[in-house]
Amino acid sequence: MNYGLSTNWGIIFAAFAFWLFAWFFNNWLVKQEGKKHNLKNFNLIAVPIIFGITLLVLWEGMVRGFNVPSVLLPPPSMIWERLISSTDILWLDFKQTFLKAVLIGYVLGCGSGFLVAIAIDRSPFLQRGLLPLGNFVSALPIVGVAPIMVMWFGFDWHSKAAVVIIMTFFPMLVNTVSGLAASNVLERDLMRTYASSYWQTLFKLRLPAASPFIFNALKINSTLALIGAIVAEFFGTPIYGMGFRISTEVGRMNVDMVWAEIAVAAVAGSLFYGVIALIEKKVTFWHPSIRGGRN
Amino acid sequence: MERVFQSKIFAILVVLLAILVIWYGAAIKLNTPWQLGVYERAEITQWTKKQFIKDTLNQKRPVLPSAHQVFSEMYKTTFLKPINSKRSLVYHSWITLSATLLGFAIGTCFGILIAIGITHNRALDRSLMPWVIASQTIPILAIAPMIIVVLNAVGLSGLLPKALISTYLSFFPIVVGMVKGFRSPRNIQIDLMRTYYASPLQTFFKLRWPSALPYLFTSMKVAIAIALVGAIVGELPTGAVAGLGARLLSGSYYGQTVQIWSALFMAAALAAILIMIVSLVEKHVTKNMGAKS
Repeated sequence: MNYGLSTNWGIIFAAFAFWLFAWFFNNWLVKQEGKKHNLKNFNLIAVPIIFGITLLVLWEGMVRGFNVPSVLLPPPSMIWERLISSTDILWLDFKQTFLKAVLIGYVLGCGSGFLVAIAIDRSPFLQRGLLPLGNFVSALPIVGVAPIMVMWFGFDWHSKAAVVIIMTFFPMLVNTVSGLAASNVLERDLMRTYASSYWQTLFKLRLPAASPFIFNALKINSTLALIGAIVAEFFGTPIYGMGFRISTEVGRMNVDMVWAEIAVAAVAGSLFYGVIALIEKKVTFWHPSIRGGRN
Repeated sequence: MERVFQSKIFAILVVLLAILVIWYGAAIKLNTPWQLGVYERAEITQWTKKQFIKDTLNQKRPVLPSAHQVFSEMYKTTFLKPINSKRSLVYHSWITLSATLLGFAIGTCFGILIAIGITHNRALDRSLMPWVIASQTIPILAIAPMIIVVLNAVGLSGLLPKALISTYLSFFPIVVGMVKGFRSPRNIQIDLMRTYYASPLQTFFKLRWPSALPYLFTSMKVAIAIALVGAIVGELPTGAVAGLGARLLSGSYYGQTVQIWSALFMAAALAAILIMIVSLVEKHVTKNMGAKS
């Protein structure tokens, strides 16, 4: 680490020059869309990537240029080195937090929310009573139950999964119930003229009609689940796990390790979200927002 | 009578009552082992059922505190303690609330500005929007402690670091909602503005802004709820000094379950009140704009 106090204006200038260049390049790319039609798909990916790279370059340039101590904010290159050199620790944390707590909690929470929604679907009374409460609860700071869950279920991943279950249950419940109401009277009447049973109507008409809502909940829950599991680890864990690593390495001033862990969490979160968005595209291909058109 | 059974409030009350019954049942069941241990140590072999239930529901550190314990603790710490005392729940709520409101205000302004940029510049739309979405897949709550520690090292401490976490969480729904809102005027309306020879600024203030307002309020309701979550989690790493998050943390350190639950219910009440205030403002504003109530 360079402890020279002088600011290196050359690097800062270069970073800003790169930023300006990327800015104009992106503008140019977008303007070209009107002339060449096949450029649009390319732009949808290229423009954000260029923007992302620009952010990284600016970050690197600022940190190196102003000699920001790496305890405060390490440059991306240093984080990358750390990420490569400690994959084993990161994998152990990832396994504990993501593969155990998040995935199991997510599946159980979303599954039970879905099943309860179908169960109360047949009783208008329960719908009237539970829906406002469910709406209310999904706006509450549910992460707060984390200390209670840790007390009840111990330090290992079970308590984290429990927090994830509670956090994902209500968005799923509320969305599924409103999704099941999404098919209109005409369509339901058609099913009745076919003499279809309740279950047939449910599987052939109402669940497919509800799937945009259900996927909405799945997407919301994918980020909630990761947050819930990591925050719950602040209240007590075994000696591995992403939340544990973040809070201890902050204490030891190994900020590059913390950022490496954050990078893993960000990539895992984005991939999780992306996979669900992909499945949604395949399943709800008929929905206007997927079919495309103008926005 | 029929109407009472059909009404929404009746249904909600019945469900609430059911939750309360389940709560007490679970409290008795979960607290039983500890109570049996207490009796054994005190060498009490004869007890009536009534006595036993009463004791399980009034333990000092129960596994699951009963409802009346939580609410009496809330009442005691809210009304019976002086407001500036460290044991007062009002004091802790205020600390959390101030961070929430500051973060929410910054996040709303910031979100509206980004949305304006995105709707008026295609390059910005293409380059920024995917990152705005990606920014929310990063579990910011998880890195909240680091942000707070780092900002502390720079010399920023107290309210602002917590507020920044609330900002980061609350700007996202605002951006998404406002982009949708600014684009909600139909082409025919925009064309009308063009026939009036309205400048972009005039189009913005006379057409886009008013038509985006309903979207703004909807997203503000979401934003203020998560701003509160951000402020609570932001308090966890600072060593549990003050605030609702600190109450949760110190409660979990010392096994004070009643304290945890009362902080939790206070946070819930706070969220409900904040959302209610936003909807009140919404009603007032949309009414003044000529919407049918």
